[in-house]
Amino acid sequence: MRADGGSGILAIRLSICCATPPGAMLSRMNAKKPGQTLRFLRRGEAVTVHDVAPDRTLLDLLREDLHLSATKEGCGEGDCGACTVVLGEAVDGRLTYKAINSCIRLAHSVDGMAVYTAEDIASPSGELHPAQEAMVRCHGSQCGFCTPGFVMSLFGLYQNTGGGQGITREQAQADLSGNLCRCTGYRPILDAAQQMGALPLPAGCTVDEAATVAALRELKKKKPAADTPYLRPTSLSDLLQARAAHPQAQVVAGTTDVGLWVTKMHKRFPQILDVTAARELQRVETYPHHIAIGAAVTLTDAFAALVKERPHLQTFSQRFAGLPVRNSGTLGGNVANGSPIGDSMPLLIALGASVVLMRWKKTKAGGEIAHRELRLEDLYTGYRTNVMRPDELLCWIKVPRPTGHALEKVYKISKRFDDDISAVCLAIQMTVKAGVVQQVSIGAGGVAATPARARQTEAALLGQAWNEDTVMAATAALRAEFQPISDMRASAAYRQTVQGNLLRRFWLESQGQQAINLESLKTLEALS
Amino acid sequence: MNAPDLKLVVDNTPATTAAGVSRFHESARAQVAGAATYIDDIPEVRGTLHAAPVCSPVAHGVLRGIDASAALAVPGVHAFIGPDDIPGDQMLAAFAHDEPVFAQGTVQFLGQVGGLIVADDVMTARRAARLVKWDIEALEPVLTPQQAHAKQSYVLPPVHVTRGDAAAALQKAPHTLAGAFEVGGQEHFYLEGQIAYVLPLEQQQWWVWSSTQHPGEVQHWVSHALGLSNHAVTVECRRMGGGFGGKETQAGHLAVWAAIAANKLRRPVKLRLDRDDDFMVTGKRHPFAYSYRVGFDDRGRLCGLELDMLANCGFSADLSGPVADRAIFHADNAYFLEDVAIHSYRCKTNTQSHTAYRGFGGPQGVIVIERIMGDIARHLGIDALDVRLANLYGITERNVTHYQMTVEDNILEPLMTQLALTSGYRERAEQIAQWNASSPVIKRGISLTPVKFGISFTATLFNQAGALVHVYTDGSVQVNHGGTEMGQGLNTKVAAIVADELGVPFERVLSTASDTSKVPNASATAASSGTDLNGRAAQFAARQVRQNLAAFVAGLDGVGAGAVRFENGQVITEKTTRSWESVVGAAYANRIQLWSDGFYRTPKIHYDKVTMLGRPFYYFAYGAAVTEVAIDTLTGESRVLAVDILHDVGRSINPAIDIGQIEGGFVQGMGWLTTEQLVWNGKGYLQTHAPSTYKIPATGDIPAHFKVDLWPEPNREDNVHGSKAVGEPPFMLAISVFEALRDAVAQAGGRPEAMNAPATAEEVLNSLA
Repeated sequence: MRADGGSGILAIRLSICCATPPGAMLSRMNAKKPGQTLRFLRRGEAVTVHDVAPDRTLLDLLREDLHLSATKEGCGEGDCGACTVVLGEAVDGRLTYKAINSCIRLAHSVDGMAVYTAEDIASPSGELHPAQEAMVRCHGSQCGFCTPGFVMSLFGLYQNTGGGQGITREQAQADLSGNLCRCTGYRPILDAAQQMGALPLPAGCTVDEAATVAALRELKKKKPAADTPYLRPTSLSDLLQARAAHPQAQVVAGTTDVGLWVTKMHKRFPQILDVTAARELQRVETYPHHIAIGAAVTLTDAFAALVKERPHLQTFSQRFAGLPVRNSGTLGGNVANGSPIGDSMPLLIALGASVVLMRWKKTKAGGEIAHRELRLEDLYTGYRTNVMRPDELLCWIKVPRPTGHALEKVYKISKRFDDDISAVCLAIQMTVKAGVVQQVSIGAGGVAATPARARQTEAALLGQAWNEDTVMAATAALRAEFQPISDMRASAAYRQTVQGNLLRRFWLESQGQQAINLESLKTLEALS
Repeated sequence: MNAPDLKLVVDNTPATTAAGVSRFHESARAQVAGAATYIDDIPEVRGTLHAAPVCSPVAHGVLRGIDASAALAVPGVHAFIGPDDIPGDQMLAAFAHDEPVFAQGTVQFLGQVGGLIVADDVMTARRAARLVKWDIEALEPVLTPQQAHAKQSYVLPPVHVTRGDAAAALQKAPHTLAGAFEVGGQEHFYLEGQIAYVLPLEQQQWWVWSSTQHPGEVQHWVSHALGLSNHAVTVECRRMGGGFGGKETQAGHLAVWAAIAANKLRRPVKLRLDRDDDFMVTGKRHPFAYSYRVGFDDRGRLCGLELDMLANCGFSADLSGPVADRAIFHADNAYFLEDVAIHSYRCKTNTQSHTAYRGFGGPQGVIVIERIMGDIARHLGIDALDVRLANLYGITERNVTHYQMTVEDNILEPLMTQLALTSGYRERAEQIAQWNASSPVIKRGISLTPVKFGISFTATLFNQAGALVHVYTDGSVQVNHGGTEMGQGLNTKVAAIVADELGVPFERVLSTASDTSKVPNASATAASSGTDLNGRAAQFAARQVRQNLAAFVAGLDGVGAGAVRFENGQVITEKTTRSWESVVGAAYANRIQLWSDGFYRTPKIHYDKVTMLGRPFYYFAYGAAVTEVAIDTLTGESRVLAVDILHDVGRSINPAIDIGQIEGGFVQGMGWLTTEQLVWNGKGYLQTHAPSTYKIPATGDIPAHFKVDLWPEPNREDNVHGSKAVGEPPFMLAISVFEALRDAVAQAGGRPEAMNAPATAEEVLNSLA
């Protein structure tokens, strides 16, 4: 999943082909830092791999270092799912399962976890796991190359639904949205998802949860040295101190974007600082007026927290990316990255979110955490640039809780419904009282160098009567406010037209018009 | 939704025959366990090096030089491989002999390979490849077929097929319409990218693992580039992770490049393309541009048609000749074209050299006539199905194609009529119109389109195949044939055919890797013909073995050989019933040949390559689809809501596999016409070069109602088991998606005649304006 488009790749590729003096690149490539040891659990046994470079991907570790070839590389950018593996982690004494893209996940990030691949889930005597058996019986495998990835997404779904129970077609479509198949047309795979729960689970396929949790606990006891190429502090203060001590280290979370810098832009990172193990940042905290989402919270969990309070975000949360990307990537990473086409920011801007930046401040007593808070739209200064100091980390995202008065909508337009990057994203929060717009905030994506707040449009709405004339004026203001570019996703003209049309949709929806979007057709199936 | 109540399809039916049963794919169990081997999974031989292509950063220019010194300075890099390292011909052994192995003299497209960097590991090779400097004097690129046509710049000469007097017919026609439109290309997006792994053997012999639909061509190309005889090169392919036409000629390039590197370095060399490089380097489905004039009567029946088709071929001929030919052969689709003039131009542009892709020009031919049908119906204000039915080929008259082939097996009228009934097409069309009247933003559309697809390679010589069937002394059977497995289930079908011929259980038959040293001179597995050709060849090989055994058993029992039956693992005469294994063992002991070859060539076909007249196809495969869609008139977004398909596979050898081909082909076609957009910028740079930017259908794009039925009639021609080919024809059923979208646009008051393919949200919105 590339958070940003191919145009960036183009610039880099051409400059390397034609311009970059070789020496500059070479000195970095030659700087050979010793790798470090990582350990993970496979089929209940601890696997130890020594001397793994900090920027080695999990897929390369599996295929090249461990010669485990079940997991395939389809695209190297987390968009096809052929490389899907499942990670098992102990959370509050229970095992949780997450399907992720191994091609853009850094190997060291799975240190201390259980890793399941397609060669791991059949019984030792060769009886297939129901996720596999259902794929065979439903004819869900043709060329077979995407199959191990689908099987692992199904395995994750199986484990997270108490043995594949109660899986609807919609859930199967949503959970498999990050896996592409070019042969089957998906119908048999969706059948397999729905039918695997009816198959017997061979005894040898059962995951011994208690034993796995215990083994993971043992694994975690072996901690890496403090100053290693791959830094993964387990507390917030350690994390901030590490940031202060290693300002040159590349900060990462789920690496759903940074992974591509490795696989596609061919960048090397001698040292990496991974924020995801800091336990304070792994939480979503609820306060009377806002929720605070830690920077280590995955997109899956962050959206679950948002959807809990705002059920209307359900579809948007699923469309944000394929499940393996949402399971790996973090909301904090998406926000800190600041891609102009990242989808969370328009929404968060419209909801009035703020970000908390933290750093380690030295004091006579040793040091303490210093922090500052700013509105999300004030974080960005230009294309992928922001106001953060070199020693600062984005640690929390604070999202105001719904008041019940405001109408909130978020619209995403992309070529493909699922697992695609927006051509345009527009999020609107508006409170109308006595027919007058009392409050409005609008976040826009895909229309400027940064995610942006549509202040001129808001000005055209605020204090005005909420009627057709105001909508017309605001539509004109919105179309004038941004000068989007033309690229492979859409033309500037289309982006401009659609932005205004989305405001129109918001107006129609505010007037109680139903069935004016394609999602509503799900309830109209009787006609067909 | 029809699927949830579908029970698991279990294949352990105790049938007396192996064919006609929905056997699971022969590799399914290995594939789900990650144990099926693709080329990158083969354990590497000691000393293996890895290559990466060095790609041109400019679309068109004079190549003054390539400087690899910066790359060569990188630790782990072994060599730059370029034109100087080619021991044989500097040009690839492609049909037109117009493609250099590595760019020389002129750079022809952005992404053209000028050489390779070979290194200890693949990432080192890829990083270093980007350090190579090109010295290019840029020239203006030709990027559209219209530009090329204006300059008369073609990769092959234009072809004209005419019948009657189209101009005169147009003059007399009660109604005429003129139109122009464009259809985009399509990236294959096989999940397994292109790969070749080449091993030097002793005495200038070579072993090549290639993910290829055409091992014989890879063998030919590699030996040509190395300056060796064909017999020195062996090519093996157990399976591909998808092909779709993209590994017909394109696989050859990789194998040749890797072989040149392996030859120079005397080490095994693997070349696996990164996905972005795969997009940038290899050819795609040909984009087409059309203009036409059509005349018709009050019922919408065609009087005359003038059609210009511009195929964007890219920089070289590759397979563009036969692709553009097939577009001509399918510009009629299901309809009788009485007075017609088709002009086909094979335009040379500075882009990737476009190549075979499922349908092979057929889709580009079919879509234009289906579009014309839709436009005529709207012009006359009658239902498009009625226009289509009015134009169908007749049974005894109006039954000769514009290339002078009599359509002998036409089932279109009953097939379309049945589908219209079972899908409720006419009632739904009415309901949709009513619904649209009260829906301010969302508009629906519906369309029923047929397909008639000619089966056989249009190049008659390719319609031949060979196979080997080996029976071992324990009674186990191995079959090898010249076809390749790319997921389509060819090996499963062939094994079932062999099992039936020998009367043994399916499980007794093992299909093995395609291997040029086993069956030589095999055609590409293409043109949907894999089972027709190789299945028949394998059947003949098995039949030969069976006849040997029957003669032996007949001798033992004193009966006629024809009285010996082979069923359920038993060999039965009126006197004795013996197990298959005991007969095999006894036959071996009596020095009876337990293996045989088989050879098949398709009968009846012939055609004149110059006039393009004759019978290029053995038979036609038919089908039809009804698709209902909805569009959002504020954004142009669309959804496919419901699809009903009735398709003709003859007597199915494996219904589950055939339905898999139909559904998969339909969804792939739907992608071509909706979300899959190839975007080249003004410099000839392909901006959509990975799945992040190039969007094939995903799980959520599948219609909630997706129903496939098989036409119950066997092939009227004598084809293996009465079956019909299935790989390509269903792809064109997706044209119903495009026509349904245009119907929705029309119902929204838009301009369907302005809509090009693919119908992205932006394209739909533009056609509403």
